[in-house]
Amino acid sequence: MKPFAGTHGKQWRNHGLWLALAITAAVALWPTLAGNKAYAREVTFTILKAVALASSLNILLGYTGYVSFGHIVFFGLGGYVGFYLLSVHSLPLYVAVLAGALSAGLLAFLLGKAILRLRGAYFALATIGVNEAARSFIKNFQPFGGPIGMTLNFKAYQAYGGPSQALWIAYGSMAILTLAVILVSFLIRTSRFGLSLMAIRENEDAAEVMGVVAPNAKTWAYVLSAVFPGMVGVLFFFKNGNIEPGDAFVLHQSIETIVMVMLGGQGTVLGPLLGAAAYQRLRGLLLVSPLFKNIQLTVAGVLLLVIILFVPAGVVGWLRSRFPRLRRVLE
Amino acid sequence: MLDFIVASLADGLLLGFVYGIAAMGLSLIWGVMDVINLSHGPIMALGMFGIYFAFTHLGLNPYVTLPLVAGGGLLLGVLIYTVAVHRIINAPHLSSLLATFSVNMIIIGLGTAAFTTSPRNVDFSLGSVSLGPITLPWTRVAAALAATLVTGLLYLFLYRTRTGKSIRAVTNNRAAAELMGIPSSRVLALAFGLGTMLAAIAGGLIATFFPFTILAGGTYQLRSFVICVLGGLGNPLGALIGGLLLGALEGIIPAFMETSWVPALEFVLFVIILLVKPSGLLGSKT
Repeated sequence: MKPFAGTHGKQWRNHGLWLALAITAAVALWPTLAGNKAYAREVTFTILKAVALASSLNILLGYTGYVSFGHIVFFGLGGYVGFYLLSVHSLPLYVAVLAGALSAGLLAFLLGKAILRLRGAYFALATIGVNEAARSFIKNFQPFGGPIGMTLNFKAYQAYGGPSQALWIAYGSMAILTLAVILVSFLIRTSRFGLSLMAIRENEDAAEVMGVVAPNAKTWAYVLSAVFPGMVGVLFFFKNGNIEPGDAFVLHQSIETIVMVMLGGQGTVLGPLLGAAAYQRLRGLLLVSPLFKNIQLTVAGVLLLVIILFVPAGVVGWLRSRFPRLRRVLE
Repeated sequence: MLDFIVASLADGLLLGFVYGIAAMGLSLIWGVMDVINLSHGPIMALGMFGIYFAFTHLGLNPYVTLPLVAGGGLLLGVLIYTVAVHRIINAPHLSSLLATFSVNMIIIGLGTAAFTTSPRNVDFSLGSVSLGPITLPWTRVAAALAATLVTGLLYLFLYRTRTGKSIRAVTNNRAAAELMGIPSSRVLALAFGLGTMLAAIAGGLIATFFPFTILAGGTYQLRSFVICVLGGLGNPLGALIGGLLLGALEGIIPAFMETSWVPALEFVLFVIILLVKPSGLLGSKT
């Protein structure tokens, strides 16, 4: 089975892909044109980070139909491994990013081999524990600084032409990474591999009867959805300058990512992109409003509940079923 | 060393009764309607706060307030079922997981805003009792007794009353139960309420001996999952035994390594059991 043998060549002429990439590129270019460049860059970095995390989670949640409540563990672990290489061994950023991807992918592979044999709800239960277990492990793991974490030496930024230049490098890498996630998400969706994932989502037993090797397909979906958060973690903590267990394994971020995917439309390429951008904007507005800033989580909860009860397909899914003509554009 | 192990084992076992009824609530809901209630932890936390406010502001004895907390838990559960679960009761697991999770977020968000996340403590003591090397606070003993009492009452209710029998009928076969004239929606709402009631009681009992915050429910919810798979999901008595097992483990582990490793070990245990025997160690039917 060739994993990416889709309708050959045709996928490059898909409007949906170009629309998604164009939106991401437009968002990513905004800070270079904005008045207050540094502020715009920070805001956009958060949005791009959310888009990348949501799109990668979508590979597992949307295409395969498996909920991972602890997906942020890959962000945290990748961030930790990359940061360790950056600060202790002074390796260049791209090595750290690759190491972050590799470690997150490896963890997902091993975890996948272990817990993806579990179906649906049991898997979801297991992932709740993954994040907690990882955090308590890192807290007790001295090479990574234990409960205190690590701080990047200020001099490390000199290799990138000073701190300000380094922040732009982190930002540019983040933008490229986000475009890559969108592209991979699209390629999976239109490939044979993606079809087998969606078959698993609809009915795992039937998919196996039709010749899908479900445990392998699920494991690779899990690995692919973990690799990108690992890289995002490295970039984020490189920009941040320090890392500690409390920042790296924030359970809320996992959940917010689920809300983003569900809001935009699970199982679509454009859905997580729009969902993440919209949710981040909403969150930004709520945080500055005196009435809602304390109950931001409640608002997210109500939003999630309303989506699940009334529009389970999310915004993009709803548009696709309501206006069939849009299906060519909204992939 | 041996004295220490015996003492902490007794301590852990008593705690295990309380863990047991928390897990029983989760297990009951799972058994009756195939829903994993991810709002279990926050409801336990609400139970803790119920006891806390009644004790510190009204000066009420925690054991007097407990039935009130239980009633509150029951009503809250019926409300959650009606609003969040009923519409998606036949949808795939993904929906019910996310729906109960959104309830979790709503409670935690409101709770954090109202009570902040600073730790609270119910300053209540009944003295302690000594048996050889073992010294136990009476609150622990009382909690274990209360948990046993609640379990007994639950079994009487499920096996001796007509409503309880309808709950079991719906557990066995919802369609057939409906054909026999059992109003399944009401039975499901009641079962969900009973599950959350057990969570609230467990939370209230824990509040009498541990400090807590609004977020404290999370770790107990995770423990409840571990216990449920130990005892077999959907098997209430198994949950109690699983609770005792986990309590005993938690008593023994600190004798050999640092307490901060406990969550990691519990999780490893959880995954191993899920993989080796997903129907639970005391597995009933699945």
